[in-house]
Amino acid sequence: MTSSDQHRTHPELVARFPDLHPPFDQQSALTEANRCLYCFDAPCTAACPTHIDVPRFIKKIAQSNLRGSALTILDANILGASCSRVCPVDVLCEGACVYHRYNQQPIEIGRLQRFAMDAFLHNGAQLPQKSAANKPGKVACIGAGPASLSCAAELRQQGFGVTVFERKALPGGLNTYGVAEYKLRSADSLREIEMIRSLGVDFRFGEEISAATLAKLEQDYHAIFLGVGLGAMHKLGVPGEDHPAVINALDFIERYKTGSNLTVGRRVVVIGAGNTAIDAARAARRLGAESVQILYRRDHQRMAAFAFEYTQAISEGVAFRWWTQPVAIHTYGPTISAIECVSTDPATLAGSALSKADIQVGGSKSSDTVPAGNLPSFRIPCDTVIPAIGQSPLLSFLELCRGVKLENNRVVVDRNTGQTSDPQYFAGGDCVNGGREVVDAVADGKRSAQALGRILEGAHA
Amino acid sequence: MPDQPVVPDLSVLFAGKIHSPNPFWLASAPPTNCGDQVMRAFDAGWGGAVWKTLGDPIVNVSSRYSSVDWNGQRMMGLNNIELITDRPLETNLREIAEVKKRYPKQALIASLMVESTREAWHKIVQQSEDAGADGLELNFGCPHGMSERGMGSAVGQVPEYTEMITAWVKEKARTPVLVKLTPNITDIRTVARAAKRAGADGLSAINTINSITGIDLDTFVPRPEVDGKSSHGGYCGPAVKPIALNMVQQVQSDPEAALPLSGIGGISDWRDAAEFLLLGCSTVQVCTAVMHYGYRIVEDMTDGLANWMSEKGFARISDFQSKSLASVREWKHLNLNYKIVARIHEEKCIGCQLCYTACWDGAHQCIHMDRVGQTSHAGGGHHGGHVTPAMREAQSREVISMTPIPKLDYAASANDNEPYATPLARIPRVDESECVGCNLCYLVCPVPGCITMEEIDLNLPSQSWEQRTSSVPKPPITGRKCD
Repeated sequence: MTSSDQHRTHPELVARFPDLHPPFDQQSALTEANRCLYCFDAPCTAACPTHIDVPRFIKKIAQSNLRGSALTILDANILGASCSRVCPVDVLCEGACVYHRYNQQPIEIGRLQRFAMDAFLHNGAQLPQKSAANKPGKVACIGAGPASLSCAAELRQQGFGVTVFERKALPGGLNTYGVAEYKLRSADSLREIEMIRSLGVDFRFGEEISAATLAKLEQDYHAIFLGVGLGAMHKLGVPGEDHPAVINALDFIERYKTGSNLTVGRRVVVIGAGNTAIDAARAARRLGAESVQILYRRDHQRMAAFAFEYTQAISEGVAFRWWTQPVAIHTYGPTISAIECVSTDPATLAGSALSKADIQVGGSKSSDTVPAGNLPSFRIPCDTVIPAIGQSPLLSFLELCRGVKLENNRVVVDRNTGQTSDPQYFAGGDCVNGGREVVDAVADGKRSAQALGRILEGAHA
Repeated sequence: MPDQPVVPDLSVLFAGKIHSPNPFWLASAPPTNCGDQVMRAFDAGWGGAVWKTLGDPIVNVSSRYSSVDWNGQRMMGLNNIELITDRPLETNLREIAEVKKRYPKQALIASLMVESTREAWHKIVQQSEDAGADGLELNFGCPHGMSERGMGSAVGQVPEYTEMITAWVKEKARTPVLVKLTPNITDIRTVARAAKRAGADGLSAINTINSITGIDLDTFVPRPEVDGKSSHGGYCGPAVKPIALNMVQQVQSDPEAALPLSGIGGISDWRDAAEFLLLGCSTVQVCTAVMHYGYRIVEDMTDGLANWMSEKGFARISDFQSKSLASVREWKHLNLNYKIVARIHEEKCIGCQLCYTACWDGAHQCIHMDRVGQTSHAGGGHHGGHVTPAMREAQSREVISMTPIPKLDYAASANDNEPYATPLARIPRVDESECVGCNLCYLVCPVPGCITMEEIDLNLPSQSWEQRTSSVPKPPITGRKCD
C-alpha cells in the first residue's frame, strides 16, 4: 500500500472527476473561518457523530494555527480528511449551523475541515501518540474500512497493539473502493491510511477469515473488533441480470476508481434511488454515457438519496423515472438491448386487475415489489444496466462469530461501547448500523476503542 | 407635487475664514503629497486638503507602513514611519499655487514643520501664504523620526514649546493657524490650552499614536522592517477612532482649550464623521481610508451625511455640531438609580449561546440554559443550582449522534412541539433579578434586535454618586464592578 502508484490517480479520472467542492485558498478560508460565530456548545459539534469541536478547529484556522486545527479534528475523527470530503454535511454539521435561522449561508464547515487537513497532510502528517509507552493488550480488527481504522488508530495512539485483517489488497473499504471519485479519490484515502499505519498499526491484506482463523484470533488477541461492513449488493431477481453488461453499482464504481475499466455504455440505466445509485449514475455521465436514467419503483418522496444528491444528479443530466420496476433484461449476444419494466404507479395500478393487497407501497422491499406477470410492460432501450438496490448483510461471516447476537441481520451492540453479546467481540460501522456514513463508522470505532482501552488498562493494571 | 426634501447644506466656514464646500478634508499625509493628487481628490469631491507637511528636505526609508488586520479584514489599523515631504519646497509651493488657482473653492491648508527658530517659522509661513494657502497647520504631532530632531511631537508634548512656536507663527500669519495635537501625552488639554493662549485660530486632533503593530514571528523583527531593524511608528485607521473621539471631547469640553477643531483619527465613513462633528469638530480629516480605498470614498461620505441630515431635519452642519457634548459628563454625575436588564427575544434567537458564555465568563452569571429539563434554578441562589458551561459541554459530548438516513430512520422529526425556530433548549434565559444591565450579552449577540436592554423603573429619584456622597456622611458601597 505504500507504493507511489497507489497515490497517483489515472489522468482521465482527474479530468472527468474534478473536485465537487474545490479547496479553499488561504484568504477565502480565512474569510470563511472568521464568519463562524464560535457558538458555545455548538450544534454543529453535537450533530457530528464524532463530535468534532467545529468552532474550535475553525477558530484555529482563523488564527493561523493550522496544525492545531488539524489535530483538533483528528482528535475526534481520525478520518477527518476523507470525512471532510464525503460527509453529507447538509444533514450533519452544516445542516445544524445556526446561520440557517439568520437568513445566511451556513459556514462551509466541510471545506474548512478539508483546508486544515490538506495542510496537515501536506506538512508530513505526523500524528501524536496519546501514550508514550507500549502497553500490553492486543486487538484484532477485522476489515480495514473506516470503523476498523478508527478503532485501530485510537487503540494504537493509546499504546496498544493492533492488527487489521483485510480481505482485499488495499485498506479503506468503501473509502478506497466505493466513494465517487469527485468526492474522494482512492489515492487520498490511501494517503490518509498511511498516516494511521505509521502509528504502528499492523495491516494484513488478502486475509479471508475462516472459522479456524477466527478461533486462532480469539486465542491470540484480547479482543476482536468487527468492522466488516456489508456484503454483496442485492440482486434484482429478474431474468438476464447475469449478463456481463449488467454490473452492480459498487463493482462499477470500484472498476472506474481503480482505473481498470473506464468505459460505460452509451445508454445507461441505474436501478434504485439511493446515494450509491446516484454516485453510479453521475459517474456514468462523467465517463461518457449519453443518457443515464435512474429507475425507481416509488416516487421521489420515498427515495433514499439525500436531497442535495438528487439535485446535483439532475444538474449533471441524470434523468429519473419514478414508479418503474424492472422485470427482465433483454440481451442479444454480448450486448443488452433493453430493460423491460412495469409501472408501479398507484394511479395506473388502480385501473388494473390487481387486488389492493398486491399494491403495497412504502413497506419493506419484498412486499411492495409488484408481481410482474399481471401488468402491461414497456421496454427502455439501453446498453448498460447498473443495479443499485442496496447491500446485503455479510451473514456468511457473521454467522462464524457464534457468540455474537444478530438482530435484523445486524450485530447487536451496547451503543456506548460497541460491545457485542460475546464480551470478547466489539463491532461498529455498517455491520451494526445497517449502512450509514463514513463518519458514523468512525464514531463507532472510536467508542469501541475507548471502551477497549479502559478494559485493557483495567485488565493489566 | 409633494415638497422636494430640502437638500442639506454641507458647507462649512472654518475659524471664520476658511471656506469649504463640505467638512471632508484630506489629512496631511501621502494622499496629499503632490498637486496632481490633490487636484484628483478635489475632482472626486473632497472639500479640502492639508498638504503633506512642508519643511527642510528629508530622506525616507523603505519600507514605511505596517498594519493590523482583524478577522480577515485588512488594515483595521495602519502604522507608518514615513517623514514629512521629501520633495523640494519650491516644487510643493509651485504646485500649491497651481492647485489654489484651479480650485479656488476648496480649502487648501499648508502643514508646516521646520526647526524651532523664529526665523525659520516666519519664513515658511510667508512662503506658504504667498503660494496661496488658505490656512496653516502646525505639525506638532508627528511621533517618529522628526521628533528625534526636536520637531513634531517633541514640540507638541511640551506646552511651553507649543505656546512659543505658535506665538511666533501668529506674529507673521495672515491666514488662520491650526495647531495639530499629538495624542502621545498624558493630558491633551494642556497643549491645546497652550496653543489657545498663544492665539491659535484652530486645532486639529489627533495625530498618530506611537505604535509597534506587530512582530514577524519568523524573523523576530517588528514591522515595518528596514534591513533587519524597525522603529516605532504612528498608528492610525479605524482602530484609533475611539481614542480620537475621547480626546476631541476632552478638548472641546474645556473652555480654556476649545477652538474650531478639525477632527482626525480613523474616520472612514459618514457616520464616523457625524460623530466627530457631534463632539464639536467643524471639519474632519481622512487619511487611512483613502490610502485603503482611494479618493472615491468621499462620494458616500457626502451622500451619507446629507441623507442622514435630511432624515434628522438638519439643514446645515451647525444644526447638529457639538450636539453630543452636553451628554458627556463625568462618571460621578451619572444616575445610580437607573436600571436596565437584558431581554432575549426568543423568536429572533438563533441559539449560538454567545450571550450565555459571555455572561458566565465575562460578566455576572445571570444567563442560564434551563428552559428545558432543569427546574432547580428557583431556589439555588446566585451560583448554586445552575448547570455550569463546562457541565453542559460534557453532557453534549456524551450524546450519541448519527447521520439521519431516510430509509433507516422512520421516526418523524422531533421539532413538532417547538414554539420557536430555535429549539427551546438552546435559547438562553436571563435572570432579571441578577442582571446588572452591563450590555455585554447585547454586544456579543450576532442578531440585531434579539437582545434588547430594557429599563426597569425602580421608583427612585435620580441620584448621582456625587449627590449620594454629599448627602450621606458614609456612603454605602454598592458598586459591584471595578475593572
